This record gives sequence, structure tokens and C-alpha cells, in this order.
Amino acid sequence: MKAGSQDKSLKITGGTLFDGTGTESDNPGLLIKEGKIVAIGAEAISADADQNVDASGCVIAPGFIDLCCNLREPGNGQKGNIASETLAAAHGGFTTVCASPETSPVNDSSAVTHLIRDGASSRGSVRVLPVGAITRGLDGELLSDLAGLKNAGCVAVSNGSRGIKNARILRRCMAYAQTFGLTVMFSPENQALAADGYAHDGQVTTRLGLLGIPEVAETAAVMEMLLLAEETGVKLHLSQLSSGRSVEMVADARKRGVQVTADVAMHQLCFTEEALAGFDSRFHVRPPLRSEADRQALVAGVEAGVIDAIVSQHQPHDTAAKQAPLPATEPGLSSIESVLSLGLELVQSGELSRERLLAALTLGPGRIVGLSPELAPGASADLCIFHPTASWQPCEQSLVSTGKHAPLLGRPLQGKVELTLVAGRPVWVANA
Amino acid sequence: MTAIDPSPNHLQLTRGGQLRHFLTLDGLNRELLTDILDTADSFIEVGERSIKKVPLLRGRTVVNLFFESSTRTRSTFELAAKRLSADVLNLDISTSATSKGESLSDTLLNLEAMASDMFVVRHSQSGAPHFIADNVTPGVAIINAGDGRHAHPTQAMLDMLTIRQHKGSFAGLKVAIVGDILHSRVARSQIRALNELGAEEVRVIAPGTLLPRDVEDLGCTVEYDMARGMRDLDVVIMLRLQKERMEGALLPSEREFYRLYGLNQDKLALAKPDCIVMHPGPINRGVEIESAVADGPQSVILNQVTNGIAIRMAVMSMAMGGQMAERQQKQMEREGGRA
Repeated sequence: MKAGSQDKSLKITGGTLFDGTGTESDNPGLLIKEGKIVAIGAEAISADADQNVDASGCVIAPGFIDLCCNLREPGNGQKGNIASETLAAAHGGFTTVCASPETSPVNDSSAVTHLIRDGASSRGSVRVLPVGAITRGLDGELLSDLAGLKNAGCVAVSNGSRGIKNARILRRCMAYAQTFGLTVMFSPENQALAADGYAHDGQVTTRLGLLGIPEVAETAAVMEMLLLAEETGVKLHLSQLSSGRSVEMVADARKRGVQVTADVAMHQLCFTEEALAGFDSRFHVRPPLRSEADRQALVAGVEAGVIDAIVSQHQPHDTAAKQAPLPATEPGLSSIESVLSLGLELVQSGELSRERLLAALTLGPGRIVGLSPELAPGASADLCIFHPTASWQPCEQSLVSTGKHAPLLGRPLQGKVELTLVAGRPVWVANA
Repeated sequence: MTAIDPSPNHLQLTRGGQLRHFLTLDGLNRELLTDILDTADSFIEVGERSIKKVPLLRGRTVVNLFFESSTRTRSTFELAAKRLSADVLNLDISTSATSKGESLSDTLLNLEAMASDMFVVRHSQSGAPHFIADNVTPGVAIINAGDGRHAHPTQAMLDMLTIRQHKGSFAGLKVAIVGDILHSRVARSQIRALNELGAEEVRVIAPGTLLPRDVEDLGCTVEYDMARGMRDLDVVIMLRLQKERMEGALLPSEREFYRLYGLNQDKLALAKPDCIVMHPGPINRGVEIESAVADGPQSVILNQVTNGIAIRMAVMSMAMGGQMAERQQKQMEREGGRA
């Protein structure tokens, strides 16, 4: 498959079209000019174009949107940077990533936000939407200048993977963010209950003597956040849920009218605590991989639409961060390039429909950050063309990310991204 | 979706089923455990000779890598290695490169460069010996001398040897482990060994704060009341209570713990008359056990120490044998490939 530059017109024929509204159909032809989709159907088919892409056997979908991606820039160049990690995102079929505020310095000021945006526009392969730190230095105590962060271009605010010091400060964070209509994204974790743990408090921690994080560390925090969001009226987004009971609580809160959305990391849908049974530090993640019952409930939550989005929670690390006994390693895996393939394994096993998988990678996250990813005339040509059954093998050489600690390294995966376009510009072309 | 082979055997056994590392008892079958006990039995006699040496590890270099302090375990490993005629290097890691910021991987590379044949590893982090075994040069055997809360397989095996010496076999035995199960690597390994060797019942007796979640999944029953838990026991194993456990609301006081879970003569009288009393040491008299019991006729605590040397000789010689067998197998495969 070949594709041209942004200036040239592009016609895509063949394949299956996932139009972004949640349905799939045979591709009636799609014409792109000057970065936008200009025609779909007979008009597109009959048009002359500078480049033609034959997508037979492939799926054409809006570009994926990731609500949680660590680009590591500024400050942690040994783990990755905007250039390397946005190219990795393009390899994974993503056209937009939300940049975590966990940088050095922390993105708690408009200056850092501008730094990220400038880096993204000069060196980035995909669109980068900064997420600001809701507290200064992510210390969980003092509010950041939220109005300034919003004006600088932050699409939401969060405290990254760190906790807020207490419920009183959490309540004030929500009330202040609500003032500016900012969505707050929180990873729910009660710090006192999580303590020094680093794995799910369950069968594997008991067997291996690992320090556990009980499920209630998440569910207690989810309940607290839902009640405070209900009271303050803020738009709450719960990030990276790991427990089935959290999904139930989100569904119940929605019925009461609480403005809450939620996401789950793809690895939480595919792996359980058992992945740590061999002390494999690649699967040291936070929140931890939980039980099989939790995994199934999370998948069901995506299928039912209670969980709006699937995220990569991409956290590239240098070798030293993972090359140690499990308790001494840093949490997180290099995931953005394998999100689609892992999702398609769930589709193949019959646990998740392909439409819901794609909706959770496009429409769901789009709504949360104010984007309307769809394949329609007039829309920006941000799209991903992937072959759902073509196989590839993640290995250190094939991964674009600086982080090489990917799940299933060395195992063949199905579902290969052939072409990723951002505003009509090819940012990833397989076998180019 | 399984990402990896989570069984420990891909690391610690050769393709022929022989030990090449000794990291955990998980995955080791009754036949192999019995083989370890039988081999240890044969080494007990070595300690009774005037010249206490056999030449099984002559010319081999054993490095005691103790990242966590221990006098008893390190001494018995050192004695075991010397009785096998190995050259022994004891490294005090608390004053070595690791404390100066060197990574564990780099420390290992340096030690391997000294042509070591075996590392005996104690580490405060669960899984550290697995990490080392996974990253060490082929041919170097790793023996776990206790990692975090995970496993202390040689301690469990010397306990099994002591039980077998006094009870003959494991069939029909009722065994209780009392105290801090949550933090105990010894208890995890003991439960595994007792189940595999055929004990009838393994009980854990402790307050809820000192029990891991779903501990029954390890293969034991739970008893909160010591008087009930002592009934019909053949073996009671007391665990050491670390004084720092009083913090963080795990226990209100040593006094209350001793009153409820400390082993005294009255509680011991509730067990079978020939019930033996064990303790991995060092014991805290008046915290987990009273002196009259620790020094009494049913105590086998000092037998455990003696058996520690024989078990460690057995494990070290078997792991080295497994490494040699694997090397020979690979050599034959290479030669077969060339032919």
C-alpha cells in the first residue's frame, strides 16, 4: 500500500468502512483533498486522484484517539520523546494522543503546555492534546492555574497517576475545574489502602509474597469521586479502571445523572494477575492487573458502553527501569503499538464486537475531549487503515517506541496497521 | 490470554527434570522433594566424621550473596559448601557496590566475570533470585536463601527432613503453622512442601491481620483460635514475630499476641502427646514461645539447625549436577548437529 503527501489528492477504494457512527459497511469510495474528506461514494469513485489506495481486505476507520499517553517530553528523554512516541502512536493507528502531565517539569503551567504543543507541531507525527496537572507539581495539595492551562490548550486536567492528598482537596479540585468547564480525569486510588503495594491483592500476591493493592483501594476512591462529582457538577472522567465493581458503580451513577465517563487500558482487558506469576516486570502496571472476573467485567463494560474509551496507558521506559527484581521496577508497559492487535484478539475470541472496539478507540474518547472522529465529507482526514488478519510480531527491532517492554514481545499478533493519515498526511505507511 | 509461562519450572529444572536452580518449591513434585530429603539424609553422616568433607564441589566457586543480613542461614550455607569442598566467597552486600548505586544486573555481571559457579542469594525483594536466574550466564546455579515474602525453600526442606526423622512419614500428619503468616516466606514454602509430601492437614493459626488474602488457596485451613487449632496436632511450627509488626495496626501489643498465640505448656498440652515443636529461629522467648517449651522434650529446634547443613549440601550438589547434565546434553546436541 502506498500513499502520497498531504498536498496530493488521495482516493481509497475497497475494504470495509467504519464510519465513526458505530457501523461498518463496504467502502463505497473515499476521496481526500487538502487534508479533508471531500467525497464518499459514487462521486469519490469517479473522481481522478493523484494517488490511489487499494484497501481490499482492510478496515478504514477514523484515526484512534488515546486519552492517556506518556510522551516523556520534557524531561525524560532516556525513556522517549515526542518524536519517537508520536511515531509509535502512528504505528498503532492513533492520530490523536492526550499527553499525560507527568513530565519533568510537570505540565502545571501554560509555559510547559506551550513547550509540549510546540514540540508536537515541529516533531510530532500525530496530534497532541496536552492534559494539565490539576495540582502544582502533581503534589495533590495546591491547585494549578487551571484557567491558564485551559487557555494554553489543555483539553482536561488530571493528577496523572498520583493521588490527591485528601477528600477536601479533591472536592475543591472538582469545584474549581467546574468553574471553567474543564473535565477532570482521575485515576481512582485510595493511597492509604494502596500503600506500598504493586500488584493485585489476590491469589498471585499470596502465592508469591508480593505486596498487594486491594480492589477496595480503587472502589473506595471511585465511590468518593462519584459522590463529589455529583455534588460539584464537574465533568468527571475516571481513568484506567481495573475492577468490575467500579464499572457497576459508574453505571449506577450515570442512572442518577452524574456526568461521568470512564476508560480502561487495553492491557486490563487482556491480562490478569496471572501475568505476574513468573515475576515478569513487563506486567508491573498501575493500577495492577486484577482477577479474571474483573477482566471479564471490564470487557463487558466496554461492550455495554459503560466504559466509553480504551486507552493505551503507554509508558515507555528505558531498560534499567524494568531490569531489576519485580518490586524494584517501575510500573507501566510500552503498549501503544499493540493496542489494536490485542483488541482484535478479544474480537476473535468473541468477547468484544469489532464495532464496540473501534467505537471505544474513536468515538468514545473523541466525545470526552470534544472531537467528532468520523468519516464524512468535510471531516479532517484523520484515519487508520488496518488489515484485521495480517500478522506481525512485536520485537525490539519492530517497535518504534523507545520503550521495548511490550506485552507479548516475540509472539505473533494479528491486526496490522497499514496506513495512518493525519489531516491527509501519511504518518505511518507499513513496509514503506 | 497468557502472556508468559508462569510456572517456575522453565527456570529451575533441566529438560530431564533435574534441578539446575533452586528458587521455589512450586512445581517440584513429590519424587524430587523426596530425592532431596534422601540425599540430605546421606549427608548427615558427613557431619559426624572427623574430617567433614566430600569432594563433590571441589574446584567450584560458591558465592554467598546476602543482600539482607542473616547469620544462621549464611553460616549453614557456608558450612554446606565447604563440606562439599567448594571455594566459598561471602559478600557483605550492605557495604558493597549495590549500596553505592550499582544495579543488581551490574553486580551480577562483575561476579560472573570472576567465574563463579553458584550464587546463594538472599534478598528482601520477592522474586530477586528468579530475576538473577533469568539473567545469569548459563551454567551458574542460583540457590534461593530467602526472598522477600516469597519463598525460603531450603528452610522448608530442612523442616521436612526434621519432621520425617521424628514422624517417619508425612501420611496422616496434622501440622499447624502459627504466627505471622502474612510476611513469612518460610510458611509459604512449608505449606507447599507439606501438601506435596502428603500431610493430611495444614492449618495456619493467626489473627486476621497476619494472614494473606485467600490464604486457603495455598492449601491450608485457617484457625483464629489457638486452643482449637492445637487439637490433634502432630507438628506445631512457630514463626518468628518481628517486632516492627506492632506498627501499622497489625497487632496491639506483644503481650496480647503472646497471650493469644504464644506457645506455652498449657497450649501444647492440647496437641497430641508426641507433637513436636519447631521454630525456624531466631526465637523470641516470651513473644512467640515460652522457654520451657523451646527447651523442652518436644522441641526439635536444634535438630532443625543441624539438618539445615545436610539439606543445603543436598540442594547445592543436586543443582550443580543438573547444570553439568545440561551442559553435557547441549554439548551432545552440538556435536550431533555437526555430524
